[in-house]
Amino acid sequence: MAPILELRSVKAFYGQSEVVHGIDLAVEEGGMTVLLGANGAGKTTTLRAICGMVRSEGEILFAGKRLDRRATEDIAGVGVAHVPEGRGTFIGLTVEENLRLGGYTRPRNAPANMERMYGYFPILAERRRQQGGALSGGEQQMLAIARALMMEPRLLVLDEPSFGLAPRVVEDIFKIVERIKKEERVSVLLVEQNATLALESADHAYLLETGYVVASGSAKALADDPQIRRAYLGY
Amino acid sequence: MHEFWQQVFSGLAAGSVYASVALALVMIYRSTDLVNFAQGEMAMFSTYIAWTLVNAGMPFWGAFAVTLIVSFVGGMVIERVVIRPVENAPVLAAVVVTIGLLLIFNSVAGWIYTYTVQDFPSPFPDRPLFHALITTRDLGVIAVTLIMLVLLFLFFRFTSTGLAMRAAAQNPASARLCGIRVGRMLAIGWGLAAAIGATAGIMVAPVLFLDPNMMGGVLLYAFAGALLGGITSPVGAVVGGLIVGVTENLVGTYLIASQLKLTVALALIILVLVFRPNGLFGTAIVRRV
Repeated sequence: MAPILELRSVKAFYGQSEVVHGIDLAVEEGGMTVLLGANGAGKTTTLRAICGMVRSEGEILFAGKRLDRRATEDIAGVGVAHVPEGRGTFIGLTVEENLRLGGYTRPRNAPANMERMYGYFPILAERRRQQGGALSGGEQQMLAIARALMMEPRLLVLDEPSFGLAPRVVEDIFKIVERIKKEERVSVLLVEQNATLALESADHAYLLETGYVVASGSAKALADDPQIRRAYLGY
Repeated sequence: MHEFWQQVFSGLAAGSVYASVALALVMIYRSTDLVNFAQGEMAMFSTYIAWTLVNAGMPFWGAFAVTLIVSFVGGMVIERVVIRPVENAPVLAAVVVTIGLLLIFNSVAGWIYTYTVQDFPSPFPDRPLFHALITTRDLGVIAVTLIMLVLLFLFFRFTSTGLAMRAAAQNPASARLCGIRVGRMLAIGWGLAAAIGATAGIMVAPVLFLDPNMMGGVLLYAFAGALLGGITSPVGAVVGGLIVGVTENLVGTYLIASQLKLTVALALIILVLVFRPNGLFGTAIVRRV
């Protein structure tokens, strides 16, 4: 199957300094790909390059069309939904308003989509009139995922959904992401520190070190690689 | 007692003008973290446009509507052309730009219309009402302000553009990821602020008379009102503006000579900054980490 997202020798920059040094990467249609690596390996920067939030060189192809050099807001419009590091919650707006903003580019289907999101995340329905900032970390992560899905994306980009959450909550989040991937027919690109859990859910994985891809393959193959196990899985 | 209430009501009329300008200041502050010192002069210039149209024989409310539209477009153009280039510059640079705009509008208005004080027509007759408690003119000014506030509230609360503007002001990066054109939202914000200012200018001109320096004092009162309400709160701006209007009137009547009224605004600004920098309604966003 053709990849939904393809990076061809992509470099990414923070200001003048190059952080990602020409990586190749692909996400299969309907698949879940995970980017692993230590802090500062360039995972978040790679995701930001895809969404035009940092300067990049090289080709970024989404469904065969170039994304590089397009504005962030246009990339959102073509079907890439990015849940940023820190979740990007509009803390002063209500849960419902956060979801309405997610549906900004798809106003016609927004009411129906919102009901579907409340189906996935009943807690958000309960809290729909509360301010986004009053939610717990796990609830905010759910809100961020729901907000992204309101865009009817073909690719969901998640930047460390487990960040700052209790292990049980993280498991719930991963379960719901797997379910959403199937039911919403969305491909997923994920950055994650929790390598064990990520490799269980994903079907493909890339390992980044200081801006280079140092290993890639099926999630299972990476999980079985003794070196990677020692360095990233801790057993 | 009768005189007291008279002063309160006429204070509310003046206060609603301050409230409008304060609201314009707060809107721009929230979206760009910038105090637009040119807000008053932009409003003054808009008022001259209305004056020109009325003198050309246009009916008052027609001139009012045309002026609002021209001001809205003008505000957007100012954001695009003058403010955008300094968007990422240090705050001081942007502040200097707005002060530059203040001087430019003031001088250009003087150059086109001269510094001669002009009569400005009021759309409302000046008759006493309710045993002379309030005049029809003051009531009209208050009513126009209220209608404007309600329309703005509905716009921000219920339209998708209004919601997108609030989102862009709060978290521009996240707004972009939702597909919102943040730059356009900022421009619309400047347009709205200019139109709100224009309304204030047109409402106050029959009282203050029109000249290029007409809005100087108003801007100061509005600034005091915005600070009192909390510079980040639209509701606070309106309440603060009204409080300043009433206080100014009462203090001018009972405590000090009315020539010294402007010091009330200055004293208030200092008091707020020293004792309650967040104002009455400053940001109280619930946050959990």
